[in-house]
Amino acid sequence: MIRIERRLTQPRWLTFAVPVGSIVVAFGVMTLVLLVTHHRPGHTFVRLFDSGFSGTASLNATLVSATPLIFTGLCAAVAFRMQLFNIGGEGQLYVGAITGAAAGIALGNHSGWVSIPAMIAAGAIGGAAFALIPALLRAFLSTNEIITSLMLNYVGALVVNYLIFDSLSYWRDTSSATAKVFPQGKNLPAAANWPVAHVGSLVLPFGLLVGVVAAALIWILYSRTRFGFEVQVIGDSPRAASYAGMRTRRKILAVMALSGAIAGIGGASQDGDFRHTLDPRGLTASGYGYAGIVIAALARYNPFAVCLVAFLLGGLQNAGYTLQGADFPSGLVGVMQGLILFCALGGELLVRYRIALARRTRTSEVAA
Amino acid sequence: MILAAGGINNSILVVVLASAVVYGTPLLYAALGELLAERSGVLNLGVEGMMLVGAVMGFWGVQRTGSLGLAIVIAAVAGGSMALIHAFLVVTLRANQIVSGLALTIFAGAGGLSSYLGNDLNIADQPAKHAFSAFLPRGWQSADVVGPIFFNQSVLVYASWVCVALVGLYLARTRPGLNVRAVGESPAAADAMGINVVRYRYVHTIVGGMFAGVGGACFSLSITPQWVDGLTSGAGWIAIALVIFAFWRPTLCLVGAYLFGAFSGIPFTFQARGILSGVPPELFQALPYLMTVIVLVLVSTAGARRRLGAPASLGTPYVREER
Repeated sequence: MIRIERRLTQPRWLTFAVPVGSIVVAFGVMTLVLLVTHHRPGHTFVRLFDSGFSGTASLNATLVSATPLIFTGLCAAVAFRMQLFNIGGEGQLYVGAITGAAAGIALGNHSGWVSIPAMIAAGAIGGAAFALIPALLRAFLSTNEIITSLMLNYVGALVVNYLIFDSLSYWRDTSSATAKVFPQGKNLPAAANWPVAHVGSLVLPFGLLVGVVAAALIWILYSRTRFGFEVQVIGDSPRAASYAGMRTRRKILAVMALSGAIAGIGGASQDGDFRHTLDPRGLTASGYGYAGIVIAALARYNPFAVCLVAFLLGGLQNAGYTLQGADFPSGLVGVMQGLILFCALGGELLVRYRIALARRTRTSEVAA
Repeated sequence: MILAAGGINNSILVVVLASAVVYGTPLLYAALGELLAERSGVLNLGVEGMMLVGAVMGFWGVQRTGSLGLAIVIAAVAGGSMALIHAFLVVTLRANQIVSGLALTIFAGAGGLSSYLGNDLNIADQPAKHAFSAFLPRGWQSADVVGPIFFNQSVLVYASWVCVALVGLYLARTRPGLNVRAVGESPAAADAMGINVVRYRYVHTIVGGMFAGVGGACFSLSITPQWVDGLTSGAGWIAIALVIFAFWRPTLCLVGAYLFGAFSGIPFTFQARGILSGVPPELFQALPYLMTVIVLVLVSTAGARRRLGAPASLGTPYVREER
């Protein structure tokens, strides 16, 4: 009979072995799914690896996919650490893209030294403001932030669509006749295009570097400051925190604003790094925010692990774009992400508990 | 669906109310299912995913078997099997219910298994072979006011009323119903009474998933009888909000479902009739989401004052040796 016992000590190697093991198990289950649906798993996985991680071109494409995922992953991790389930990263990214693009268009005739920091700041402010809606409702009216932040994702998507497709907004290109018939966003001025760094043959988007710096800052904030300590205490035991006199309400607002700001910078990075315009279709089709939840959970809310996992899942997402077809059916990316997360959740059990194989005895039956 | 004849049945209020029933029905099924799971102490945020898998499998069922009855059964089984994953993770493996539910939505929802199945079973953009439609006598359907609202509806609507009554009676008047409430309120006490907490949580989570599957099938077999990727567009999340709105009571779910159904139906009705055509369409489309937030705010302030309804152990795993 299998018994589940709480571990008294958690061996350190388990914290690495469990995520790795869960990815392996997820691939195992995926193999079964592909076999049952008459695909060739070996072929699919080889193509997945090829287009995600092998060769310079694939790696560069993966870095592009990973950039927004670092931001949305950090967005989720920062809030989840306090048991504050902000699943509005998606919508906060849209709003950050809107405000970031506005700053880029407005300050395009200045140099990049002005316009790029302005875009980052504008994106952060936009995302933070949008995240403050569920935060205020949660802090003052104790409204469930999961549902409100999720509902606002749909609202954010509608706002982006409205600005480009159904209005003559500041963001929409109305300069030419074709642009009036086929709505599209204004192109950002050259000074608002974010630079890239070349490392060997790899091309690192500026947003990626911003994301990694943000991860480092969050790590410092959460592990080296009083603020971070209080956030963790509130997350682990809200009652202990309130007995200790920690101000939960302020923390909710601060953490949600921080979380939204990070997603918002991710939105600005979409404008500045890759799209160079406010692109509703591209933004809303990608599902960056939802992938961010997977990343945060898999990284166990550790900012540096978020960067690593974002790179891995970025490869998966990148493969999803490039391989769409018989070998790589649509929906596979979501199925993979879900499976990895399921396995990681199941693996958590192994960190906290030990599974003992004990022979079924009469005493255990009596005890049960 | 709505007859083009003039008169009171063509008035905007009647049309909106009729659409409230149409769009409220999937919400009602999904909310009843979520209510059962939550009453046993299991929060399942995977409703959107379960609905989508139910929708795609239900549609496949009708295309394959030609039988609407079988299609509903297939949708229910599909939704239930998604819920089984969640039940295994949170009941047996004691995983975090919130993260597991989100994982289920990512796994099964738009861009996940439902898209995969829709793509793999090759059923996208096909016309449905059969769809649920109104079946009561024509004379009833064209009756003033009540005709379009209550009689020009499919059997799914009437079945949902039966389900509300059954779930209500089950929870309030039967021994197993009492046991579920005990498990949701205090699993340790229920366990001490000899109730099998694990079994109750499994059963109600899975039955909840079956309801969600049927709710999804309402979209693909009745409202827009076809399979489109992500066709529930957030209905699963609205259903979760609905359970909170209903203070975990089945009869209030019925009221709330039609309220939210009206918010979902208004954009279509108003756009079709050109009402308020100066207002951007996005504002109407955002209406169900914004109203969900607003209603949730109203309920949570009242709920916080009186602490109505929420099962005490909702969201917490039950570990016998740590009680």
